[in-house]
Amino acid sequence: MAFSLHGVHVPHRKHTQDQSAARMAPPKTVTIPMSMHIGAPARPVVKVGDLVKVGTLIAEAGGVVSSPIYASVSGKVTKIPDILLSSGTTAPAVVIESDGEMTPEEALMPPVVNSRDSLLEAVRASGVVGLGGAGFPTHVKLNVDPSRIEYLIINGTECEPYITSDTYTMTERRDDMAYAIEALKTYLGIKNIIIGIESNKKKAIKSMMQLMQETAKNCTVSVKVFPSIYPQGGEKVLIYHATGRVVPVGKLPIDVGCIVLNCTTLAAIGSYLKTGMPLVEKCVTVDGGAVKNAQNVIVPIGTSIADLFDFCGGLTVEPAKVLYGGPMMGIAIPDMTLPVMKNTNAVLALTQKEAALPQTTACIRCGSCTNTCPFGLAPAMFAKAYEKKDTVLLEELGINACMECGCCSFVCPANRPLVQTNKLSKALLREEKAKEDKRV
Amino acid sequence: MNHQLKLSVSPHIHSGRSTAGIMRDVLIALAPATVAGVIIFGWRALLVVALCVASSVGFEALYNLIVKREQTVGDLSAAVTGLLLALNLPANIPLWQCVVGSLFAVIIVKALFGGIGCNVVNPAITARVFMLIAFGTMATQAYPTIVDTVSSATPLAQMAQGTTPALTDLLLGLHGGAIGETCAVALLIGGAYLLIRRVISWHLPVAFIGTTFLFSFLMGGMDVMHALSMVLSGGLLIAAIFMATDYVTSPSTAWGKIIFGLGAGLITCMIRYFGTYPEGVSFAILLMNILTPYIDSWTKHKVFGRGGKRA
Ligand code: SF4
Ligand code: SF4
Repeated sequence: MAFSLHGVHVPHRKHTQDQSAARMAPPKTVTIPMSMHIGAPARPVVKVGDLVKVGTLIAEAGGVVSSPIYASVSGKVTKIPDILLSSGTTAPAVVIESDGEMTPEEALMPPVVNSRDSLLEAVRASGVVGLGGAGFPTHVKLNVDPSRIEYLIINGTECEPYITSDTYTMTERRDDMAYAIEALKTYLGIKNIIIGIESNKKKAIKSMMQLMQETAKNCTVSVKVFPSIYPQGGEKVLIYHATGRVVPVGKLPIDVGCIVLNCTTLAAIGSYLKTGMPLVEKCVTVDGGAVKNAQNVIVPIGTSIADLFDFCGGLTVEPAKVLYGGPMMGIAIPDMTLPVMKNTNAVLALTQKEAALPQTTACIRCGSCTNTCPFGLAPAMFAKAYEKKDTVLLEELGINACMECGCCSFVCPANRPLVQTNKLSKALLREEKAKEDKRV
Repeated sequence: MNHQLKLSVSPHIHSGRSTAGIMRDVLIALAPATVAGVIIFGWRALLVVALCVASSVGFEALYNLIVKREQTVGDLSAAVTGLLLALNLPANIPLWQCVVGSLFAVIIVKALFGGIGCNVVNPAITARVFMLIAFGTMATQAYPTIVDTVSSATPLAQMAQGTTPALTDLLLGLHGGAIGETCAVALLIGGAYLLIRRVISWHLPVAFIGTTFLFSFLMGGMDVMHALSMVLSGGLLIAAIFMATDYVTSPSTAWGKIIFGLGAGLITCMIRYFGTYPEGVSFAILLMNILTPYIDSWTKHKVFGRGGKRA
């Protein structure tokens, strides 16, 4: 392979990496949003007053690119309000009052999988979406001509600071991963599997080496250990480092013969195939200086962030920021009533000090942003083009290639809001396109 | 417990690098050359340094006050400009000229163009060239005070007369010239510090110095000593390490920096060998400053997935 892509050394802060995960008792209520994935929101199939059990279908997929949703606790549906999500959009959510029993739905049983179609249907029915954070429905991703899939890349890089929930998956849910791999091998004809991990996860590497041996029949499986340089886990970054292939701007991994699945996504598929229990709980890293006992917690989806913090001994100081996800790409949330969602892999409560950002000053043209960008983009130039609302130049500079990884903002000595500008620039471009489409 | 949570776009952590931190590193890196200059040229050198730094910072502060802009002297860039200007002046310069030079650098070259990051050419270099033209300020009549030999003319002048200066004198800076340009050892220590701190990368200085060396080697009849003398004198080191690497006025990418260095080295040699000034470094950088936007656009990185990393 040619040279590695650029990136930054972020502080690891993986305080929870050597711990197992604690299981949280069901909270009094869970609030399960109908929009926890990319695509059409799911449609509720329960009404207020309905009794549900763990694994009962509460919402069916709202379209092809969508995903069904299941009750994560047993109890009664008390309301179905619209709630404001961290993305700024409003979506209905099913609120279930838990009876504290966690009774599983009796009707559940392992799906019958004996063909590609039945596998894809099972993946769809499992409710699994990209659990690394993206939330793209996995069955849609897998629904490609199997002859196009040359590599299945399993993403265990977990390059964001603090987060160790994927590490938990790799060290403790190897069986689930193996189960899914067998099914994908058999019914999608996958011949090459690469498991990508960052070098700072010694235990996970060992476990994945074992997985490699267990699953190597009729397939080449390799574990590739990459330097712990952020954003090693970016999909296109990982594909390049794992295979040397470059995904063209505007194209998908499958266009270069690759499918990338996050390790926890894979485990969730495996566990559904094995037991028939769909995705109803998540292992979430709860950390940040404001949290009393940082730990990985397995919680029912829909558990409020406040309940989650309470389980972890509460907050020792008022947090300055609370994040879904890691500090490089995570989303700051306005209040702690928001729930854990399917694609939530961490919830961080950062102290003033942790969340402190330097003052924004004038760009000194130092070039750090462009010399750090994994994709060779020029964020300082995006900023200038955005100021002039020059969408042609933005496009020419390759704004749509930006993965919003945050490296540029992280290194900028003037702390320019580069990622923010990139997001705004993309939005501007989308608006412009929409306007043009209307005119045509 | 629903107090106000801060909302902002990711990332939520920062590397901690800052403009002020970078400028502080540059000041630290210039310290050895400053100390050496004061030792070699005496207390008058210290006075020039103090005056240039104080007036540069003062003018910037005053300007910000008058036009009601946010105060920027805290970013230390005015202090760097003042210090660099001083180190490029002879110790015996009339003091009022120091003040005028600082005014020119900070107000005309930098502030009027919009302040830090917006200037087109390097303030200290441009002020230096301005002073050369306006006052005829040459560093050639400044002699070390710690050696009382007559041979302490500037090395370039000596070479013009056909004598090659002693290497130790060149390395230690025991010869005539501007305050901060003579002591090669001190400048190299500063350069190493900047490299270690990743404030600068090797590309530009190496290309600049390398080109000058090679050109002089060829022009001087394959004489290594001659080429070395050309590199170690005439303000080449301070310019290549500290002035040409100014972020604002030099290219951002590695290839851009190399092109800048090549160009600056070539122009320097042209002026030295074929021009009327024995100097040339300042003009070379000034010219390359003006070319920087073009170099930047020629050397843009290829976008990954659109020609970048092939495919
Ligand atoms: S890193 Fe910041 S200061 Fe440096 S060029 Fe980019 S935007 Fe400007
Ligand atoms: S421009 Fe985009 S891809 Fe490049 S470093 Fe910044 S956020 Fe990452």
